[in-house]
Amino acid sequence: MSAIGVPRRRPFAVRSAGSYVVLAALAILVAFPLLLALSYSFMSEAEVATFPPPVLPAHPSLANYETVLATIPIGRYLLNSFIVSLAVLTGQLITASLAAYAFSFLIFRGRQVLFFVFLSTLMIPWEATIIPNYMTIRSLGWLDTYQGLAVPFMATAFGTFLLRQAFLQIPRELWDAARIDGATTFRFLREVVIPLSRPALGTVAIYGFLSTYNQYFWPLLITNETLMRTTQVGIAQLRFEESMRWGVIMAGVIMVAVPTLALLVLGQRQLVRGLTAGAVKG
Amino acid sequence: MRWSARDVRSLGVGLAYLAPALFVFVVFVFVPLGRTFYLSLYNTRSTGAITTFNGLDHYIELVTSETFRSGLVATALFAIYTVPLGIAIGLVLAVLLNQRLRGINLFRTMMASTIAISAAVGALIWLLLFNPSLGLLNYVLSLIGIRGPEWLIQPAVAIVAVSITTIWLTLGTNIIVLLAGLQGIPEEIYEAARLDGARGVRMFARITIPMVSPSLFFLLVVDTVAVLQAFTQIHLLTRGGPVDATRTLVYGIYLDAFQNFQFGFASAESVVLFALVLVLTIIQFRFVERRVHYQ
Repeated sequence: MSAIGVPRRRPFAVRSAGSYVVLAALAILVAFPLLLALSYSFMSEAEVATFPPPVLPAHPSLANYETVLATIPIGRYLLNSFIVSLAVLTGQLITASLAAYAFSFLIFRGRQVLFFVFLSTLMIPWEATIIPNYMTIRSLGWLDTYQGLAVPFMATAFGTFLLRQAFLQIPRELWDAARIDGATTFRFLREVVIPLSRPALGTVAIYGFLSTYNQYFWPLLITNETLMRTTQVGIAQLRFEESMRWGVIMAGVIMVAVPTLALLVLGQRQLVRGLTAGAVKG
Repeated sequence: MRWSARDVRSLGVGLAYLAPALFVFVVFVFVPLGRTFYLSLYNTRSTGAITTFNGLDHYIELVTSETFRSGLVATALFAIYTVPLGIAIGLVLAVLLNQRLRGINLFRTMMASTIAISAAVGALIWLLLFNPSLGLLNYVLSLIGIRGPEWLIQPAVAIVAVSITTIWLTLGTNIIVLLAGLQGIPEEIYEAARLDGARGVRMFARITIPMVSPSLFFLLVVDTVAVLQAFTQIHLLTRGGPVDATRTLVYGIYLDAFQNFQFGFASAESVVLFALVLVLTIIQFRFVERRVHYQ
């Protein structure tokens, strides 16, 4: 019993135990759909159909994964997605660092206007321009090609903005010193600015990869050949089959989600930095 | 303002660095936006080739179209169900995650995990959860005495199902942004409020919410625009149905352009989508930002 007037405080260990219970329960709840997909991927169709709906597989088996590998070219889908995502990531790093360099180190008239032009692309939803873009890709003969999937996304206003912020942190004295040493503008970018901006470049790279890998609408529109499909379109195709085999669909879902989840674990710091760049006014 | 030779040369160097990005933006953003406006004034063949000019006919058709009006309602409902609740849940979880505990990073990663999940993957998993006979959702509801609806078959409920899926998909982003906002609040402010006798809910309402308002505002804009653009979860859960209940503006564009091949009409819908995103962004910046507390 605590004395009157003295605020009661539970001991730290008890309070943090309570916090752990609450946090664990909520974390499992949030991740539950994903954990359930993992669990279902090990169940037979017969078990999926039992009532009440099972949560854990009684006899876990890899049969669904074997079915996925045998019935859809998932390896090819993954390869396609990786090629396109890496192409977009590379393209974005190149175009965004060149542009960010112009917006941070170079001084020229019209710079403000051009910066606004870049930012204005953030207000134009891709879906509002999807019809003419589809026509462009078709008239170029780029349907069912990697370039059709990748080239339209090779510039990023968000990435340019992020890199510009990073480049502005680089001391101006380095620039002056390099000029005195006779370094060219491009050499300063390549040998000083880029190496000093690795974290920001990492953030742009992760976003470029993740947003391309997870695309669905665009690859759905411009690919028809089975072998040119990306992972997202490929596994979603399982949903439109005559009989839906849930165990197989969930095995496909897990195989497609593993690369992005690995990226989340490895690149969490970069992801957080990117997301918070716009939200917190510095 | 006269342009000296030096001005021209420095502009040339600047443009050379901007050229690759500008080229992509011009070809795949600005020109297509112009062509969307242009196409919306014409009739087109099913190949997309332009036939006849018809002025504002497509827009007049839009205004009088029952399908289009119900599409706007579906879009509005989708945003109303998804955005405020998604931000509120994100805030509660972010506050809980903003504790100094050993191993807190594990919980943060788990709760932020949906940031890495694609809309297609999320939609396929929720499709199973919503399944009336196999799905776990209605079974759990039945345990607490609620008879779950036929999620994807009843029109009024289908949009709720799409919204639930979308809330889950955006939860990771919301948590990360809000957690960063919370971590930016100086401990002294809490200390001062505590000395003034503020506790619990009052502390949350008077200190936490105002201090984290820039992040809330940012998410309000970003989440609303994301909802306006959402396609995948609708395509995989309901295909715009039942009876157009989830045929949002974007899904209408997809159906009219790529299923009915009415590219002119769908372009007029695209212009409306563009205008909506633009106006929302401007309104939110103008009016909401005034009430936002920046340090």
